[in-house]
Amino acid sequence: MGAGFTLAAGNGPSPQEEHQVNSAGRHLTVGLLATLALAVLASSCSSGDGEGVVRVYTGRHYDLEEAFVQFSEETGISLEFLAGSDGELRERIAAEGEDTQADVYLTVDAGNLAIAAEQGLFLPLDDPVLIDAVPENLRDPENRWFGLTSRARTIVYHPDRVPADEVPTTYEELADPRWEGRLCLRNSSNVYTQSLVASLIAAHGRDQALEIVQGWADNAEILPNDILILESIEDGLCDVGITNHYYLARLLEEDPDFPVKLQWANQDGRGTHVNVSGGGVTRYADDPELARQLLEWLATEGQSAFVDGNHEYPVNPAVQPEPLIAETFGSSFVRDPLNAAVFGQLNADAVRLMDEAGYS
Amino acid sequence: MTAVDTAADVASPAPQPRARLQVRDRISRLAWPAAAVVVAALVVVPVAMLATSVLDPNVEVWRQQWQTRLPDQLVDTAVLLVGVAAGSGAIGAGLAWLVTAYRFPGVRALGWLLVLPLAMPGYILGFVTLSLVGFTGPIQGWWRDRFGQDAWFPEVRSMGGAIVVLTLVLYPYVYLVARAALRDQAGAVYEAARTLGAGPVAAARRVVLPLLRPALAAGVAVVMMETLTDFATVQYFGVDTVSVGVFRIWRGTFDRDAASELATLVLVFALLVIGLERALRGRARYASAGGAGGGFVPKRLRGWRAVAATTACVGVVVLGFGAPAAQLVVWSVQEVRGERGVPLAGRFAEYLGNSVILAALTAGLCVAVALVVANASRFARSPVTASAARLSSVGYAVPGPVVAIGVLLTLVAVDDLLGALGSGLPGVVATGSIVGLVYAYGVRFLAPGLNAVEAGLQQVPEEITATARSLGARPHRTARLVHLPLSRASVATAAVIVAVDALKELPIVLLLRPFGFDTLPVWVWNLASESRFEQAAVPALAIVAVAVVPVALLSWQLNRRHGATTTPDDRPALR
Repeated sequence: MGAGFTLAAGNGPSPQEEHQVNSAGRHLTVGLLATLALAVLASSCSSGDGEGVVRVYTGRHYDLEEAFVQFSEETGISLEFLAGSDGELRERIAAEGEDTQADVYLTVDAGNLAIAAEQGLFLPLDDPVLIDAVPENLRDPENRWFGLTSRARTIVYHPDRVPADEVPTTYEELADPRWEGRLCLRNSSNVYTQSLVASLIAAHGRDQALEIVQGWADNAEILPNDILILESIEDGLCDVGITNHYYLARLLEEDPDFPVKLQWANQDGRGTHVNVSGGGVTRYADDPELARQLLEWLATEGQSAFVDGNHEYPVNPAVQPEPLIAETFGSSFVRDPLNAAVFGQLNADAVRLMDEAGYS
Repeated sequence: MTAVDTAADVASPAPQPRARLQVRDRISRLAWPAAAVVVAALVVVPVAMLATSVLDPNVEVWRQQWQTRLPDQLVDTAVLLVGVAAGSGAIGAGLAWLVTAYRFPGVRALGWLLVLPLAMPGYILGFVTLSLVGFTGPIQGWWRDRFGQDAWFPEVRSMGGAIVVLTLVLYPYVYLVARAALRDQAGAVYEAARTLGAGPVAAARRVVLPLLRPALAAGVAVVMMETLTDFATVQYFGVDTVSVGVFRIWRGTFDRDAASELATLVLVFALLVIGLERALRGRARYASAGGAGGGFVPKRLRGWRAVAATTACVGVVVLGFGAPAAQLVVWSVQEVRGERGVPLAGRFAEYLGNSVILAALTAGLCVAVALVVANASRFARSPVTASAARLSSVGYAVPGPVVAIGVLLTLVAVDDLLGALGSGLPGVVATGSIVGLVYAYGVRFLAPGLNAVEAGLQQVPEEITATARSLGARPHRTARLVHLPLSRASVATAAVIVAVDALKELPIVLLLRPFGFDTLPVWVWNLASESRFEQAAVPALAIVAVAVVPVALLSWQLNRRHGATTTPDDRPALR
């Protein structure tokens, strides 16, 4: 006690230190004021309501910019977009309610679109152009959202290690013990996996789907992304896998000799599972007319600009896919006609089913 | 007014002003706890917005989770926490001791280089590690070429891999506090113990370790919180923690209520961590009454010991920073030279500016608030201020996206309330400006700032506060003129830790930013979420480069003060 007292009294701040202390205090004050000023500045900059501007929240984020720039050039409508995670953006639109700045919500995966429709975030659009351009199974039955690009999730394999007559042709086949230790799949947190499993539930019912997924879980190495699955097949960790077609296209673009081949799944049955990325006009859009023009453009003239960069298939049957996938994979494969809204609604069941199957 | 009256006024103030002074003093004494309570409320409300669902639990979801993944998730979470805590504690404290108590080749440079992994976000080290030493990486490729396709190699995508990677990026939290504590407190007593005949090991174990305990407990607690709320890094390694579970439920079943119920399990773990920290810290209060004293007199290591010490430090720096940074550089060069170029590179300056603004605002806010809360606890040592301080830390125990949604819902509720009162705020209150963003960052990162500031304040003896107060300084004057200067190093540490955390933060900025306000991590995420990891190297490198600046400043300051107290090799007589 005594020591503390003595030291404190004896070593009190010298005039010079006092000065330093004061200036530290001033710095702090200045810093806080600057903070406040900046915050106010930032808020005043961005809270203006844009006239003649379409604002897009997007959960899809690669290669968007070129298409958007082209849209603005062709139509004279300015466009701003904000990329984010699909689920969080949905929460944001819901929370912002009438105040939302979003005119259009674009996202990947039908599950996300279906749930946004269910939450009442979209304005139904009885738009002849969109209804004409987007096939029925790739849009909402009530026309609240429209698929704009399509991606097939299918079987990939290494031709040296899987002889031609043994190449698996169905998703179901991969549950066979023959593929134990030879299969690479994507984890259950991923929406593409969830949608695929949802389509199994739609096709086979819950119990049989559970059996298939359990078989997958027993056979598979579960990896965090599709690129890693393809590279693991290249390097011999596994021989077969399931990925979205455009990841393989991307690797083939970089290296035409990339040694993994694609097999369209279930061609003799219901067809290959096809998911969409797409969007709709938000319920509280400031200018739904402009927003609708954006969707129409993306589904028609803008299709190529929107889908080609990511090697996706156009949803509009009148538009040709880009040459690499058209030539390497073809475009006449049988697609599962299941409406995207259905596997969107089964998404939650799919997650629970994978929990039960021990599919990590 | 006469001359006599004036003289009397100067000699002894009239009774009335004295009474007024006392009132002011009481107000100012009440103001501190009141401010602390307000801060705690601001932090707790957004978290509570989500936690209310727990009052009406969804039994079905809990049963389903309990029957399937939850038991394994609980075990994995516990194993991960213990592993990372043990690893970070051992490496952080061990290296801090090594660079403080010994001299060996490169020790001065290594002393600050060892802080650098703090600048490396876990999610970036995660994907670089998988690319380099994972099955498809060059190292295992070489291994298979050399020893055959089925040659054994440790499984990288595993719990072990996750523990190693998280330890490598998180140990600096322990290292920093341990080094500061060693420098400020332990030097004199260690030397005293040695003089009194204790061997180096005995002196370290019996005197230094107990002294370090509070600092170590605080550092390890920060590490455990970071580990607990991570859901990006662990997924690269296939580790299924409770945080990962929360996101699968939320994004996969679209059931926010169920997800937030599960998120309370994360909070339970966090409470355990806080309890553990309290227990480890114990009732111990160590304050050095005379400043740093003589500090350590580092002992020179020779021969193999010197080689081993240098190797250990270099090894950790290379693994946690050097090698991944080099890989990022290689990828960046490839991408910049490649024909497709770097996507969005034209906006680099804008991203950089936004990141820096956000980090600076967050650091300023958190440190200012932390100073208020920590000083409040000092001036009014009551259960109220103590629990306010603990509650202010709760945001750190909640995963980023959960904080973000809580803040969003809170601000919208405030907006609605004001609207009902007829004076709605203009535009979108939550997401039209960066106010909501900074608020959420404050909620999330107040804890690390508060931890550091509290640790600094703890080194200021109670007696000094009491003395200042008894000499008539009111609390704010005591805080400004006594506490702040005496804990300056800790305040700087707090600012740096918060700033670096804010620079690396991703999920909150992703959700709450206004249109056009993209940051460096958003850029990385844009590419990484499409598995374009190599293209993400340029922005990833940019984050690391920016984060290195405050980290280096801090290290430099640590070194400088260290150098000032112990001039090398010129005090042989004391040995």
